[in-house]
Parts: sequence; structure tokens; C-alpha cells
Amino acid sequence: MSRETIELVVFRYNPETDCEPAYQRYQIPYHHDWLVLDALNYVKDHLDRSLSYRWSCHMAVCGSCGMMINGEPTLTCKAFVRDYADSIRIEPLANFPVERDLIVNQDDFMSKLASVKPYIIDTDDVPLSEGEELQTPAELAVFDQYTGCINCLLCYSACPQYSLSADFIGPAALTLAHRYNIDSRDDGFRQREERVGSDDGVWQCSFVGACSEVCPKGVDPAAAIQQGKITSAAHYFKKHLMPWSDS
Amino acid sequence: MSSHKPVFWALFAAGGTLSALLAPVLIFLIGFAVPLNLIDPEALGFARVSGALATISIALTMLVIIVLFLWHAAHRLRVTAHDLGWFPDSVAVVLFYGLAAAGSVASGWLLIGTT
Amino acid sequence: MNTGPLVRQISRRQWWLGASRYRRYMVRELTSLFIGAFAFALIVGLWRLSQGAQAFSAWLDAMHSPAGLAFNGIALAAALYHSVTWFNVAPKAISVRIGTFKLPDSIISGAHYAGWLLVSILVLYLVRV
Ligand code: SF4
Ligand code: FES
Repeated sequence: MSRETIELVVFRYNPETDCEPAYQRYQIPYHHDWLVLDALNYVKDHLDRSLSYRWSCHMAVCGSCGMMINGEPTLTCKAFVRDYADSIRIEPLANFPVERDLIVNQDDFMSKLASVKPYIIDTDDVPLSEGEELQTPAELAVFDQYTGCINCLLCYSACPQYSLSADFIGPAALTLAHRYNIDSRDDGFRQREERVGSDDGVWQCSFVGACSEVCPKGVDPAAAIQQGKITSAAHYFKKHLMPWSDS
Repeated sequence: MSSHKPVFWALFAAGGTLSALLAPVLIFLIGFAVPLNLIDPEALGFARVSGALATISIALTMLVIIVLFLWHAAHRLRVTAHDLGWFPDSVAVVLFYGLAAAGSVASGWLLIGTT
Repeated sequence: MNTGPLVRQISRRQWWLGASRYRRYMVRELTSLFIGAFAFALIVGLWRLSQGAQAFSAWLDAMHSPAGLAFNGIALAAALYHSVTWFNVAPKAISVRIGTFKLPDSIISGAHYAGWLLVSILVLYLVRV
């Protein structure tokens, strides 16, 4: 079937003039090799310069172009228009406040991410002169998949617990906490555990599994969080049943 | 602050695994095997069941099954109460964990009676 | 006028109706209602057992009455759904690594399914007359 044009139904919201969001329809040419992001760029370049949205890399690396396409959290630079029907609905990522049109406010995620200390905490005081801290391929393999996260927030947009519990740290940040906890060079587990093992951390997760289904990078946050629960529970029982142990 | 959910989560996870392995066959056995004439009604008769439950190991197995099924269900329903806004978490804790605790005590007491 | 960022409200009671993955999740969670109810049915059975042969067979009859069978049917369907969903996601919680080799998810799920089959056969074998 050859298609001449398609329709984009785009969520519009301008905080300076609107109290309510509205949907605007754009007829655009159909190209077999266009991404949904290309379709949006066509609108911006040829039809409506006021349309606001974020993107940068056009290759699923920067993580800035996530939106709801027909209700599903998706990277618009990783979704071809040919895979959709003739009318495509585009909305800002669910579960985040909308700044304008398709742009969401990420402050909540940013502060939660920072709160789990997503970096190597090295307290064993080995001087730099001893050389670099080496890691075997097996030690790398343990956390490698979790390093693929591009902070696109699709997982937050898919996660019901994030929308139901304002303080829930959420999938990507908990995954990064786990990624550093299981890094052989890291000693920061206990510093992170105060947040990760709290009611706002892994224990708010009810394993819906939506995060892993929508993640564009195969990070599998649901797996990281379930394994984080096991680690956190082991730590809890050790602390309470064997208070003399150093944990 | 560290959460106390690990205690209930551990019971939930153990009960989830045990019920995933055992619930279908037990429901089938007790619910359908006799009406479908697949086993002799005597297999589930009073004499055989009370005889079996007089053995400590079998009574204990029964206890573990009932208790873990209950705590599995209680924890999941607590989460569902939160998911659907049925009532505050504190109410869900008292209601569902309370029911599971009452059921655990009752089955323990009844099984002491059979042994 | 500047209304600032727009916060979209979700319905606390109905959010899960919006997508099939949420509906499946809610069904999965509600299977626990039947696991719990079945456990209570067993407790009632133990109680009737303590009252003697007649009471116990009345309990069995109730389990095999039309209403009892209807409950058993729904509970069995719920239990099967619980088992399948539980074993399918087991590989997320259990990660087995030997060096750089990671045991495939299908092996971990498969082992659970095999265990399920074995346990079920074992129970049927032990109870048969
Ligand atoms: S875990 Fe996946 S979906 Fe979530 S932010 Fe990272 S890359 Fe995006
Ligand atoms: S534009 Fe960079 S991820 Fe899509």
C-alpha cells in the first residue's frame, strides 16, 4: 500500500496562554524511511514553528526525544512512521509535568537520581600511585547491561508506581544505584542503601515490569530492582538477626 | 529510613513460589479429582486425611503451605489496596496482615489437634 | 498569564484500564485473592476435620457443590495464571553467571516449569489410592 500523507495528532500546551492542553492535527507527507521524529521536524520546519519538543542525536543515544506515541512511551528517533496507522498521536511523556507542548519537566528525576549517588564511591584509600584498579571481564559483565541507560525516562513514563507514589525513586535511578552497588570497584552500598532500601526505594516497586518492556536500550530495570530487593533484604536480615556482624 | 517491608516481602516471595508450584495441583485435587471420578473418594476421606495429618511431618507441611499462601495473598492485596486507593496503607496492613496472622494461628492450632 | 507546568492527573481507581499491560498486571495481583481464599477453605477443612467424620464429609460436599465447584474453577484459573506469570519473570530476580557467561532466561524459566510439573505429579502420586 502506498501512502501519500499521514496525520499527526499532537498534544499542545502553552503555559503562557493555555489553561488546558489541546490536540492539533497536521497533515504531512509520508515517507517510508521517516522516523516519527522526522515527521515532527517536518512540522516544525514547514508548518508550525511554535511546536516545541526536545531532540538531539537522532540515533537513540542522547535520550531526549522520548514521547508517548499512541499512548506508548517511545523514542521518536527509534520509531518509523511506517509502523503506525495513518494517524499518529503524539503526547509528552506521561507521569511528568508538561513545560510546553511535548517538553516535560525532569527535575524530580534529576534530584532522585542524584540522591542514590550514581557514581563509584571508593573508600579503600589505595593511592593513585598503585596504578589503576583493574577489573576482569567477568566483573564487568555483572553490570555491563545497566551502563546502557541513556536517561530517556521512558521507564518512568510506563511505571504506575511512579505515578501513584510521589516519592518513589523509580526504575532508572534504582537501576543505576544497583549498577554501582555491584561494581567490583565500588564501596558505596551502605551509603546508597539508606535511600535504596527505604520505602521510597526498591520496596515501592510492585514488579509491574512495564519499565523493562518500554526500555529502548535493553537495560531491564525490572531485573535490577528485583535483584536489588534481594540484596536489600539480605542486608536487612543480617543487620537485625546478626547485629554483631558489620553491616 | 530503612523499611521493614523485607520481612513481608520475604514471606510474599516464598509464598508466591510455593503457591506457583502447588496451588494448581492442590485446587485440582481437592476441588475436582473426586467429582470427576479421577480418584477414589476414600483418598480424601476422613480416615485417610486424619491419619495422614497425625504424622508430624505431613501436618507441618500443611501448616507451611497454608501460612505461606496466606502471607503471599496478604502482601499482594496490601499492594493492590495502594494501587487502587482502596484505603490507607495502615488500614491495609492491619486488615490483610491481621487476617493472615489469624489464619496462621488458627491453622497451627488445628494442626496441633490432628497430631 | 502564566499557568506554569501542566500536571496531568490520573485516576487512582481506573488508571490500570488504560493499557493491556496494566490490565494483565492487575489480574496477576488479584490472583492472590483466590490463593488466600483457598488457604482459608483449607483452614475450614481442618476445622471440620476436628469435628469428626460427618463434619469433614460435609465440608468436602460443600467443596463439590455447584457453588464450590464454581469457586474451585475460578481459583484454579487464577492459580494457573499466577504460576505462569511467576515462572516467566523468575529470571529477572535470579541471575546465574559463570564468568562472563549468563545462564539464558529460558533455562531459568524452563527449570521452574519442569519443577512445577514434577511437584504436581509427585502430589498426585502421593495422594492416589
Ligand atoms: S532504564 Fe531504559 S527506559 Fe529507563 S531511562 Fe534508562 S534507557 Fe531509558
Ligand atoms: S534524539 Fe537522541 S535519543 Fe532520540
